Amino acid sequence: MTEAPGRRASPVGGMPPADAARSLLPPADVVRVRDLAVAVGHKPLLVDVDLTVRRGERVGLIGESGSGKSLTALAIMGLLPQELAPSGSVVVTGHGPGSVARSTSVLEAGERGLAAMRGRDVAMVFQEPMTALNPTMRVGAQVAEVMTIHGTVADRGAASRRAVDLLDKVGLPDPADAARAYPHQLSGGQRQRVVVAMALANDPALLICDEPTTALDVTVQALVLDLIVRGVQARDAGLLFITHDLAVVASVCERVLVMYGGRVVEAGPVLDVFTRPRHRYTRGLIGASDLDLARPDGGLYTIQGSVPAAGRFPAGCVFRNRCTHATAECETVPQWEGPGPEVGFACVHPVVHHGGGSS
Amino acid sequence: MLLRIAERTAVLLVSLAVSSVLVFGFMVLLPGDPARVALGVNATEADVLRLRLEFGLQRPLVEQYLSWIGGLVRLDPGVSYISRAPIGPQIADRLQVSLILVVASMLIAVAIALPFGTLMAVHHRKASGLILSAFSQVGVAVPAFLAGILLITVFAVQLRWLPASGWTPPAYDPGMFLQQLLLPALSLGLVQGAVLTRYVRSSVLEVLREDFLRTARAKGLTPLQALVRHGLRNAAVPVVTVLGLQLATLLVGAVVIERVFVIPGLGSLLLDAVGNRDLIVVQDVVMVLVVAVLIVNFVVDLLYLAIDPRLRTAAR
Amino acid sequence: MSGLSKGAEALLPPPGRRTRRGVEATLLVGGGIVAAITLLALVSLVWTPYDVGEINAAERLATSSTRHWLGTDKFGRDVVSLLMVGSQTTLLVGLVSVGVAAVVGVPLGILAAMVPRWWGELVMRANDLLLAFPALLLAIMLTAVHGQGVVTAMVAIGISSIPSFARVVRSGAIGVMKTEYVLAARAAGRRPVAIALRHVLPNVGSLVIVQASVSFAIAVLAEAALSYLGLGAPPGTPSWGRMLQEGQELLFVAPRLEVFPGVAIALAVLGFNLLGDGLRDRFDPRLEDRR
Repeated sequence: MTEAPGRRASPVGGMPPADAARSLLPPADVVRVRDLAVAVGHKPLLVDVDLTVRRGERVGLIGESGSGKSLTALAIMGLLPQELAPSGSVVVTGHGPGSVARSTSVLEAGERGLAAMRGRDVAMVFQEPMTALNPTMRVGAQVAEVMTIHGTVADRGAASRRAVDLLDKVGLPDPADAARAYPHQLSGGQRQRVVVAMALANDPALLICDEPTTALDVTVQALVLDLIVRGVQARDAGLLFITHDLAVVASVCERVLVMYGGRVVEAGPVLDVFTRPRHRYTRGLIGASDLDLARPDGGLYTIQGSVPAAGRFPAGCVFRNRCTHATAECETVPQWEGPGPEVGFACVHPVVHHGGGSS
Repeated sequence: MLLRIAERTAVLLVSLAVSSVLVFGFMVLLPGDPARVALGVNATEADVLRLRLEFGLQRPLVEQYLSWIGGLVRLDPGVSYISRAPIGPQIADRLQVSLILVVASMLIAVAIALPFGTLMAVHHRKASGLILSAFSQVGVAVPAFLAGILLITVFAVQLRWLPASGWTPPAYDPGMFLQQLLLPALSLGLVQGAVLTRYVRSSVLEVLREDFLRTARAKGLTPLQALVRHGLRNAAVPVVTVLGLQLATLLVGAVVIERVFVIPGLGSLLLDAVGNRDLIVVQDVVMVLVVAVLIVNFVVDLLYLAIDPRLRTAAR
Repeated sequence: MSGLSKGAEALLPPPGRRTRRGVEATLLVGGGIVAAITLLALVSLVWTPYDVGEINAAERLATSSTRHWLGTDKFGRDVVSLLMVGSQTTLLVGLVSVGVAAVVGVPLGILAAMVPRWWGELVMRANDLLLAFPALLLAIMLTAVHGQGVVTAMVAIGISSIPSFARVVRSGAIGVMKTEYVLAARAAGRRPVAIALRHVLPNVGSLVIVQASVSFAIAVLAEAALSYLGLGAPPGTPSWGRMLQEGQELLFVAPRLEVFPGVAIALAVLGFNLLGDGLRDRFDPRLEDRR
């Protein structure tokens, strides 16, 4: 897609210093998703998904299970199972060997190209730290491996040393000892830090996190989140943060997209979307998340009904069977109202905000 | 880790002791007087009595057991009731032959099972996977000795490429030795290979679903690299278990194969002794086989510790 | 664990497991083979094309013809009739040995699951020791003392199959013991025997059936090997294994005499294996979720 002007050649085998990169580069798209659609047979799982993340941006992707957010992440990584025939366009732009920018069109690339991209241009942190690491391989070796595969260090020895350094940077005490440990000797929080270290090892242009702290203890969550944010900031990398936890999105992300039923239903800056949601689903989400806000009858705000099974969402507006404001017009797919895929919503009867109140 | 090893060694020793009691007890406590059985129906009372005294069969059982065990530990299994020949050297000779056969078969089995099992797992939803699966089903259903007979029919009778039976020590004539080893080893190896293939397949399939393989792919490893570098070691544990169990089956399967191919191994020693009602030989050979199986299991346990670090410090 | 939500996962074919169709096919083929063999055995009790006791020197080693579909052996006996009567031995040995193994192994397994941990482990260790004695070895030992015979074979194979049943039943029973209704029963003071009979036994039933099928296949193999070695059925009783042994000396002259009983054995084993596999997948709760 776009190349990154002004990128200096780096010292042999090394990466350019992150701060230098930040000052020289104009913002460029690290991932551009257009019209992404995924289906199993005739059952649609993702429809019309548009998404962009730029260098240094932190974008949140919110939704409940079954909304398609994880599928979107897997699509960007090129890790979708074969049966789900994806269509549309997904372009990931990072910096390949020699720090020359390279773009990969994920849906068209072969396995070789995708393997070169993963762990280098884009990296992913998954939800379950307890099972994410190979139990029979030492932790340091697993971190070093991501560097030797992509040739981002001079040799094995350099990879090992850098692995220890990374483990130190993610906050593991006694990093040299930790590197020789096996995963079962580490706690869940520690394992997730290792995974973050592995993901950031090659200074990827984009880091995708899919519920990275959901399985961790509350006290550890904040630490790992902080780690992730500082990690992407130091590298001026883009962050795509997937979660159902609105509080986390509010504290970590600048922009947010809301997904439901395999579609993006609303998008915009975090503050705007959370304080003045337009889509009825977003409104319901925000209301349901606010435990201090009670209905006049004393009950908590909920969204009526429950999330339909995958592929069984209603035609037209995917939310209409649970929406209190649905009408016959909602039987056709609502148009996207907004200047671009980053700001807007798709709702026929959006929430209207006047001054202080809303309806 | 050392604790684990000590533990396993203790288990081995206890198992050896218990098995020896079982084998001894089995042979001795069954109705039938060994002396009378050995001499046959036409023996006179005097003959029987003489035999009993000669071999100390009138002594208390415990004493007989200890004397037998003592002998085994000193590698002296005693003397045949029938031929009066020392059993030790015979077992030694025959053991060599059987070991060669078993090891060769094991190698063939593993050489078949690893690639085919992995292939079947990776292609489990495609036609090629199903076809291989069907083949392995058939392979499992065919007993080794039947495979041996069929192989003889094809390669010795029809094609005349290989000899139908016999055994030559490798030192005398390496060429002939290999020719005579091939069909018997194949019979055992193919069949055990089919069984092992199914275990390899299911083990690899389990591993393919593991999260850490997904992490490996996300790091940029190709599916093949991920499988080899991360999957295989983890898939190895259940496979190693089965290998150990299979050795018992192989050792016993070799008994029958020795009959099919007329090979002078432990199996034919055993069967001849049974035919001659030479109970002490039967007792000794069975014990040797049991010891072999127990030692193999012991080695397999140690292998686990080497493969899976989680087991090294596992709490009780 | 592919990162998909439960809903999306459910839409994909279950990994590594047969589809519903596949399970039905397996059951059909396996069950069909077993049924055919059983039918053959039953029919042979009252009728066979030719009398297997009759020696007919004039027709020795005949090849297939309209009179003898599969030819005759070295005594002039009709091969088809021999196979039919042989199936009786095969099924009888299988039935009795599996019966013995189940009758001893199932209570043993339940016991091992219900007693305190320490005892259960001990029983299982002993079990594993017995596992080291394959059927053939036990049979050989028994024959050495008792002489050959079908009964010896049945007892030996039965004893050697006990550990498999015990093991399978124990792990199933442990699962049942952890369920809430058993806990409730124990809290209500029900006696262990009652719990074992009313709750544990019915729930391990499917496991026992699957193991029975698998052990039957093993029994067929073991009986064939024993007969081949001359340790099973005596010379008078036709048995597939014995047919293999008798035919081997004529391998260069009439290899077909080895092929027919060989195919019969392999088919029988295949049938029981498929039946066991099909039943195992049929009873697998994971497969139920698909509809």
